[in-house]
Amino acid sequence: MCGICGCNQTLIAGHAARPSGKAVRFRLHKQAPETADAVRLVRIERDILALNNDHAAANRRALAERGIFALNLVSSPGSGKTTLLVKTITALNGALPLAVIEGDQQTENDAVRIRAAGAPALQINTGRGCHLDAKMVGQALEQMKLQDDSLLLIENVGNLVCPASFDLGEAHKVVILSVTEGEDKPLKYPDMFRAASLMLLNKCDLLPYVEFDADLAISYARRINPALQVMRISATSGAGMQAWLDWIKEGSSQAASA
Amino acid sequence: MHEMSLAEGVLKIMEESASAERFRRVRRVVLEIGKLSAVEPEAMRFCFEAVMQGSIAEGAALDIVETEGQGWCAQCACHVPLAALYDACPHCGNFPLGVTAGDAMRVIELEVE
Ligand SMILES: Nc1nc2c(ncn2[C@@H]2O[C@H](COP(=O)(O)OP(=O)(O)OP(=O)(O)O)[C@@H](O)[C@H]2O)c(=O)[nH]1
Ligand SMILES: [Mg+2]
Ligand SMILES: [Zn+2]
Ligand SMILES: [Zn+2]
Ligand SMILES: [Zn+2]
Repeated sequence: MCGICGCNQTLIAGHAARPSGKAVRFRLHKQAPETADAVRLVRIERDILALNNDHAAANRRALAERGIFALNLVSSPGSGKTTLLVKTITALNGALPLAVIEGDQQTENDAVRIRAAGAPALQINTGRGCHLDAKMVGQALEQMKLQDDSLLLIENVGNLVCPASFDLGEAHKVVILSVTEGEDKPLKYPDMFRAASLMLLNKCDLLPYVEFDADLAISYARRINPALQVMRISATSGAGMQAWLDWIKEGSSQAASA
Repeated sequence: MHEMSLAEGVLKIMEESASAERFRRVRRVVLEIGKLSAVEPEAMRFCFEAVMQGSIAEGAALDIVETEGQGWCAQCACHVPLAALYDACPHCGNFPLGVTAGDAMRVIELEVE
């Protein structure tokens, strides 16, 4: 029986070599009935994210050529990404040239906060999209006139799910988890904690007031990603920020000298 | 829902293939979705239908082949089944386990005309 439409005609099955070199399997009805078009199978075997990954690779090459150290900041909504960026810009105080890409579904608010802190910021509104993708970032890079050997901070849309899958071409993903979320977040959203190089445990100033077992949260995250670096910080009080600033400076000077 | 943009990724791959392989319509799409990947098959079905409207794959059938998760336990030096990224080795209780299979999301094959 024909495997395509279930009719009783015998099939001619075979392999044809295409000019591309890719083998294409095809199957035809022996006496093609009413349809004139041949039905055939085309082998694809490509990652669903292949096109995003191509754009990300192009971004990564462009950034590397210019010694730019790019970080992709990811978290649930409200864990403190913009507050952290503002504090980081203030603390670096011009020691490192930097620029920010802000991703939100709507509004220019976060870019306005960054500009008020003294850094150039480009806002990308994703509309119904729930994450930044590599093509959006590639277009932003063309508009932004970044300095060589500078720092590029990308604040992704607040969402712990799909930003994990969409590579932007960054050097590292930095995941921010705040102590007002549950300590089992790393288990509930494992992809993000697996994709990140560094976890910032933020809002640690609130630890005395909330039930949050920081050691447990960290052990959950390392269960998924044993190489994950962790820093405990408070973006509002500034506690623990020095380790984060040192980490940025170290990565940035490596990117610049590579 | 990120399955929406993943379905858009599937469409772009098919459109690229349509010009390379010279076909006009896609009648069936076979996707491999690993059980450890970030894709929910039911959500993908829903988004697939919506995204394919008006495209070369409007009305195309969607076959999803789900692959089982597998990890590597360095302590036992063996492959073990993995239902979630945070699971421990069923033999020795060790984690983390390196994922060796079941995290892919791929377009495998198209039936075209
Ligand atoms: N107590 C305390 N509050 C903080 C800290 N960091 C941020 N916040 C507060 O958390 C709220 C959200 O902070 P944002 O910086 O806007 O968070 P975000 O991650 O950028 O949010 P989205 O862009 O909407 O995803 C604000 O009210 C901040 O003042 C912190 O370290 N401690
Ligand atoms: Mg923000
Ligand atoms: Zn038939
Ligand atoms: Zn998304
Ligand atoms: Zn084991």
